[in-house]
Amino acid sequence: MVPFTTLNALACPLGLENVDTDQLIPARFMSRPRDAGYGGFLLHDQRVGPDGASRGSILDNKAYAGAAIMVARRNFGTGSSREAAVYALWDFGIRCVIAPSFGDIFASNAVKNGLLPAQVSEVAADAILEWLAAASGRMITVDLQACSVVCGNRSYPFVIDPVRRLQLLNGWDDLDLTLQHEAAIKRYGENRRREHAWVVPAVS
Amino acid sequence: MTPKDSAPRTLFDKLWDSHVITMREDGEALLWVDRHFVHEGSHHAFRKLDEKARGVAEPSLTFGVADHYVPTRGRPVIADPEIGQMVERLKRNTTKHGIRLFGLDDPAQGIVHVVGPEQGLTLPGLLIVCGDSHTSTHGALGAFAFGIGASEVAHVLMTQTLWQRKPKRMRILVDGTLGAHITAKDLALHVIATIGADGARGHALEYAGEAIANLSIEGRLTLCNMSIEAGARCAMVSPDAATIAYLEGRPYAPKGEVMEAAIVAWLALASDPDAVFDRELRMNAADVAPTITWGVSPEDSLPITASVPSPEGSTQRQKYLMEALAYMGLEAGRALVGIPVDRVFIGSCTNARIEDLRAAASVLKGRKARVPGLVSPGSSAVKRMAEAEGLDRIFTDAGLTFADSGCSMCVGMNGDLAASGERVASTTNRNFRGRQGVGARTHLMSPAMVAAAAVTGCLTDVRALLLVEG
Repeated sequence: MVPFTTLNALACPLGLENVDTDQLIPARFMSRPRDAGYGGFLLHDQRVGPDGASRGSILDNKAYAGAAIMVARRNFGTGSSREAAVYALWDFGIRCVIAPSFGDIFASNAVKNGLLPAQVSEVAADAILEWLAAASGRMITVDLQACSVVCGNRSYPFVIDPVRRLQLLNGWDDLDLTLQHEAAIKRYGENRRREHAWVVPAVS
Repeated sequence: MTPKDSAPRTLFDKLWDSHVITMREDGEALLWVDRHFVHEGSHHAFRKLDEKARGVAEPSLTFGVADHYVPTRGRPVIADPEIGQMVERLKRNTTKHGIRLFGLDDPAQGIVHVVGPEQGLTLPGLLIVCGDSHTSTHGALGAFAFGIGASEVAHVLMTQTLWQRKPKRMRILVDGTLGAHITAKDLALHVIATIGADGARGHALEYAGEAIANLSIEGRLTLCNMSIEAGARCAMVSPDAATIAYLEGRPYAPKGEVMEAAIVAWLALASDPDAVFDRELRMNAADVAPTITWGVSPEDSLPITASVPSPEGSTQRQKYLMEALAYMGLEAGRALVGIPVDRVFIGSCTNARIEDLRAAASVLKGRKARVPGLVSPGSSAVKRMAEAEGLDRIFTDAGLTFADSGCSMCVGMNGDLAASGERVASTTNRNFRGRQGVGARTHLMSPAMVAAAAVTGCLTDVRALLLVEG
């Protein structure tokens, strides 16, 4: 996993609430292999009409081409556990989403792929969106060491679980850590089966 | 592992404590997974295994279910090659790793969250995960069950464990009794409308109180299923006599002496009387009306007797409401009752158990549907049971299609879709934009309410329908 420390990038003010993962990537695209890239599927049905014509989404606005930060409102990534929602953001080039709240499973999936879910207050989200709307092409700095979002001369704090912060900063993979506990896992599994026979699925 | 101090504990505390393998200083715990369900969508995770050249740590605790992509008609032929490939890939991956698969041709096939409890794989006291957010369903039996993403699915396959931070504890107490024709689905939508689609975020949610104790297991499954729509990490109900009666004799449930020991352990799981919750809410079942969604999030719910809301509040709120109404093709201020629907759907892990089909059939019996519709039972076993009871004929006599089991029109990836602009009365769990097809307009409601909409061709208060027509 690529470590995340500081990001200075163009920010796209999506500004929507309850952006569920069905919107982030419609289900019909999820059988595709990742190799070809999922970026084109990001928020597909908001961007492309049934006739294939562009709907003029902010994501396709040239002023935001190359944006690596997305700013949204409450409950971003709610709904389905599909990690493909993170793949779509990542392959589109997004490395950080700033919002007042995130779906729990989405936030976990994001971190496991190196994408930062930066949780700011409602007031801060409004202020950041307003600042971005004032002129197109504005850059934001997200500092994971300091847990701050810097917009021009204003700075807003964001929160993230301390463990997730460390994982992102170091680009850690859970598996390496888990394997250090292999003996304890084996012992636990054996004890559990011995002490509680009912946990073992009865043979049908 | 279990703390022996005398501090009173909640049901969730007990479930959590009994699965901790080790705690890190930073507060994350490595948890043991008792059951892991995989489905066609788990292909990303299996690929991660291949990339790391690792096997499945505990194949005997891992179960495959073909549900998301399986067609509900024309089996065993799968006409769409892309869908066929997804079903085939699950078969290949489970075969390769020695995992029991409830595949397309298995008599026990169905939707994973219906199959687990039905087969007795879901038990009180177990930690259950699946790469599907509606895994919260299994908590209805007193399990600690939650949905995970593909990276975590891969981690569980490789280690049978997960790193987690303990969520906060929340309890919703529901006093009193639900009224006639008012179901767990109505209660769930009422709860989500009350606390919001992120109202239980970061919390393990326990339901308790008279109304919950009186819910059937099917009803509890529906309620816990929908809790993810309130953002809950997981949801649960204390195991009781109804739970045990439900599980006895299920194929994978414990038998004989082992079952006797299990029952003792399960009945000790209930929250201690003076256990403390981080957050507690109390509501009265008598306040719950037949509830439906009007917008594009499950929190956009109202009693069927209400009107489409008018955009008010902050500028942001008004914008949200106007966009939701525009997507739904609804005019602010008009009564919900009487809004014409184009199609109905009865199915999904939320509401396709036998009790749900019976409730819908009791409304449809002797009546004709005015709009087309599909009934997809929650499992092949539910389908057989419905056929044995003659429910299939009630559905087909009414003009609806009675199909095979799968996620069907809930998930938009197996060919069952609504057309753009179509309004669907649906027993499913998500009214998100495009969930049932590009541009489809979904109204969530209970099976009886969907049946009432089928009969009248519009959104209808099932209580009024049954009162008028007897």
